[in-house]
Amino acid sequence: MARHTGWIRICVLDDIPALGARVLAQDGGTDIALFRTADDRVFAVADRCPHKGGPLSQGLVAGDTVTCPLHNWTIGLESGEACAPDVGCVRRYPVRMEGDEVWLSMAAPA
Amino acid sequence: MKKPRLVVVGNGMAGIRTLEELLKLVPDMYDITVFGAEPHPNYNRILLSPVLAGEQAFEDIVLNPLEWYADNGIRLHLGKQVVRIDRVHRKVVADDGTEAEYDRLLLATGSMPFILPIPGKDLQGVIGYRDIHDTQAMIEAARVKKHAVVIGGGLLGLEAANGLKLRGMDVTVVHLAGWLLERQLDPVAAQLLQKSLAERGLGFRLNTSTTEIIGNDAGEAVGVRFSDGTELPADLVVMAVGIRPNATLAQEAGIHCDRGVVVNDTLQTYDPRVYAVGECANHRGIAYGLVAPLFEQAKICANHLAQYGIGIYKGSVSSTKLKVTGIDLFSAGNFMGGEGCEDIVLSDPAGGVYKRLVVQGDRLVGACLYGDTEDGGWYLKLLKDATPIDDRRDQLIFGETALGEAGTSGQSRAATMADGDEVCGCNGVCKGTIVKAISEQGLFTVDEVKKQTKAASSCGSCTGLVEQILMNCLGSNFQETPKTKAVCGCTSHTHAEVRQAIREHRLLSHAQAYAFMEWRTPNGCATCRPAINYYLVSTWPHEAVDDPQSRLVNERVHANIQKDGTYSVVPQMKGGVTNPSELRRIADVADKFAIPMVKVTGGQRIDLLGVKKEDLVEVWKDLGMKSGHAYGKSIRTVKTCVGSEFCRFGTQNSTQMGIDLETMLANMWSPHKVKLAVSGCPRNCAESGIKDVGIIAVDSGWEIHVGGNGGIKTEVARFLCKVRNADEVKEYTGAFLQLYREEAYYLDRTVHYIERVGLDYVKQRVVEDATNRRALFERLLYALEGLPDPWAERIAGSRRREYEPLRIDARLVAVEG
Ligand code: SRM
Ligand SMILES: Cc1cc2nc3c(=O)[nH]c(=O)nc-3n(C[C@H](O)[C@H](O)[C@H](O)COP(=O)(O)OP(=O)(O)OC[C@H]3O[C@@H](n4cnc5c(N)ncnc54)[C@H](O)[C@@H]3O)c2cc1C
Ligand code: SF4
Ligand code: FES
Repeated sequence: MARHTGWIRICVLDDIPALGARVLAQDGGTDIALFRTADDRVFAVADRCPHKGGPLSQGLVAGDTVTCPLHNWTIGLESGEACAPDVGCVRRYPVRMEGDEVWLSMAAPA
Repeated sequence: MKKPRLVVVGNGMAGIRTLEELLKLVPDMYDITVFGAEPHPNYNRILLSPVLAGEQAFEDIVLNPLEWYADNGIRLHLGKQVVRIDRVHRKVVADDGTEAEYDRLLLATGSMPFILPIPGKDLQGVIGYRDIHDTQAMIEAARVKKHAVVIGGGLLGLEAANGLKLRGMDVTVVHLAGWLLERQLDPVAAQLLQKSLAERGLGFRLNTSTTEIIGNDAGEAVGVRFSDGTELPADLVVMAVGIRPNATLAQEAGIHCDRGVVVNDTLQTYDPRVYAVGECANHRGIAYGLVAPLFEQAKICANHLAQYGIGIYKGSVSSTKLKVTGIDLFSAGNFMGGEGCEDIVLSDPAGGVYKRLVVQGDRLVGACLYGDTEDGGWYLKLLKDATPIDDRRDQLIFGETALGEAGTSGQSRAATMADGDEVCGCNGVCKGTIVKAISEQGLFTVDEVKKQTKAASSCGSCTGLVEQILMNCLGSNFQETPKTKAVCGCTSHTHAEVRQAIREHRLLSHAQAYAFMEWRTPNGCATCRPAINYYLVSTWPHEAVDDPQSRLVNERVHANIQKDGTYSVVPQMKGGVTNPSELRRIADVADKFAIPMVKVTGGQRIDLLGVKKEDLVEVWKDLGMKSGHAYGKSIRTVKTCVGSEFCRFGTQNSTQMGIDLETMLANMWSPHKVKLAVSGCPRNCAESGIKDVGIIAVDSGWEIHVGGNGGIKTEVARFLCKVRNADEVKEYTGAFLQLYREEAYYLDRTVHYIERVGLDYVKQRVVEDATNRRALFERLLYALEGLPDPWAERIAGSRRREYEPLRIDARLVAVEG
């Protein structure tokens, strides 16, 4: 099956807990956080809160947002943007599902 | 129809605030283009000082990220400086040739640092302090250079000097006037300031003018020379001697300028298509250099750009503060007085407090405060409103609270403020607006107030006041869930209603709870989910589903997250008692996992700080100790003293009592954390007086005290009862804690719970009613029965993946050409 350059198979859906996250370790770079919502959508963003770099993967996922564990900024997973009043933006990575496989592209931010 | 085009030159605080105000009024009216000479989106220039001081990072101070421009359809040209305005063809031209036509033009080009015209001013290492580029240059310089000279002892100069000092440089401030901040302080206050800055290690040369900056062959600064012929070594020279409105562009285009682009009361220049706001503008002879007036200008300018035509700008009275952490000073108006003025002065140099008020006739016209600036806002208001002060003149200097005007003397300042009093000077937000937002929109954190009102969102110096207002509105636990209000925005039910529903309708899972109570969100939020989880598991032990995804990170991973994303590990050490074998294992673990810090905690045990998440399970395994629950809304520690076994005053074996209690309560979840202490005699070496349950041994038995708290607001525990023996201590303690577990709202400590229900009620349920006491105690033991030690569970393999990062397997990378 044809796949675009740069798409990488990461894991299967069940490797990520619903309303939870997994960290994709990136040696020498910023880790990537993979989130799964209650309705099984998967999002990937850099694991670094735009506030003070908190690990977003450790936050609490609700709806399609995650609340940073350090100072409670809430980040929209789809847009990568902090919810008001906070301003900031985190890099997003495109995710694609192939059956129950989670694929991610690191080529360009979504 | 084509939209009119608005071009903004200057992507800084005033220009972008004008756009924000404009978009609020008429989101779609203009086709907007912004030119910014700096390569960054709009950031909070005020906070460059905290960035320099290392207290914040650049990312923290960005005000409008790039997405903001995109979302509002604004064309943004970053890193492009406009070099020409062609008023005939109504277009601007940037240095790279980019052009943009306009129907309205907004100039917001700010100002430039004034560079003294002395020899050596162009040497490398000589900079102004204006933007992030300068700030980064200073941070860089501080890394490799040693001697800094800051020319100018004004606000900017002192903030620069303080930042460079904090970054390890050797700093001297050179100032032409006889005292620092001569535009903000009188000589007495300035001396207090100088003293406290000198204590931080800053050097000063007052009454000194700089004649030359000395360079080496490489063209780098190496020193400065003064008018008296003396010299100082300097490899970094910061010029902070003032700013000049940046009006060249307008001037060259033939728009009338005179120390700034001259504007009328609607912020319009002499060319009616062209407006100007911010530091580049001269309004009624004044070019302001602070954000509060610029934000006022922005609001009015936006109104006219929106063609509403309401509002005129009449100028601003502004006040200043110095953003050096730990130093409080405030000044406003004519604080130096002069002919026809009288001074009221309070001076306590030893205590570091000085206040000077300048009165003319029956009005306050100036104020200068050092050390105690609490009343600054109040004085500013008296000044701005020109309130007659005759009747309170002799009390004025002692501040607003001393007057007892609102009949609330002695309380915090926020309580005495009137609704119309200004809280946030930068954004012009009054107390009434904040109170209204808190009560109508159910706000309970400073951040929410920032969002809804913009108060405290610029320089941040009023954050404390905003907190006080929140506290007054919400009671002493303002950061916690407001108890009579809805749990959060996801529901209109209160904590009490939620607890009741879970109990009466036997709700056993989050899904059931949200469905039954018609939650507005599919799966709650970070505020309600942890609360619901606690209510479920405490109401239906062994039956309800404990959902790890509804616990905040610490409770989910059983360790305490640190600012850098690592974790701390605090093993259980019952009663603070350990032994050589445990200590050896702790030492070995610290070595093996290169743990950066091993610390004795305030809770009588040992903390291993800075453990990587992937190492947690291995660390626990090697320790071979149980979880100390230092991370949970749960039992924490039982502190003890040595007691009768060793101490010459001890009346009972307090150490053993503590160990027994900690054993009994192991793994207990609770509405908030729970701390106990047992002391062997009323000398109370275990600090039982400030614990949730504090036990004090006396000759004839044990006294039990409840509701103490050593935290945010210290509360002394109150006497519950006296019992005869250790078994009774356990039963009474257990019963009290179970009552708290069953009835308190999430995030209430015992003191808050008792405050709500009254100590008499607690006594009646726990002390007077023996049957009820035993029933409570049994329910506690049932809830705790069989609860596993979470570390042991993880070592055995449960929820492994929580601790394991995913890694990309190179073989799985499918590449298709
Ligand atoms: C480790 C320790 C400091 C130390 O090095 O000594 C500590 C560390 C923290 N305390 Fe504490 N407290 C520690 C003893 C205390 C004490 C003293 C005591 O327990 O005798 C108090 C006052 C007593 C009390 O609680 O009544 C204390 C009152 C607080 C408070 C205020 C609680 C309140 O209700 O007012 C908080 C904030 C909170 O819980 O919301 C807090 C929160 C914190 C947190 C968890 C902050 C956080 O959320 O990350 C700190 C974790 C630091 C980290 O990065 O790991 N810590 N904290 C102490 C651990 C004791 C232990 O062995 O478990
Ligand atoms: C270190 C520091 C600390 C401060 N602390 C405080 C404080 O505590 N309280 C307070 O009230 N104020 C403080 N100020 C002052 C406050 O930051 C300014 O008053 C405010 O930023 C001015 O807003 P402005 O939009 O007029 O100018 P700026 O914010 O400077 O914006 C002007 C922008 O226009 C750009 N520009 C200029 N010419 C052109 C051109 N031809 N083409 C394109 N772009 C151009 C500039 O590069 C700049 O980005 C501080 C300033 C500094 C530097
Ligand atoms: S007092 Fe407690 S919460 Fe505050 S910094 Fe120290 S450990 Fe952290
Ligand atoms: S680091 Fe994420 S909220 Fe502070």
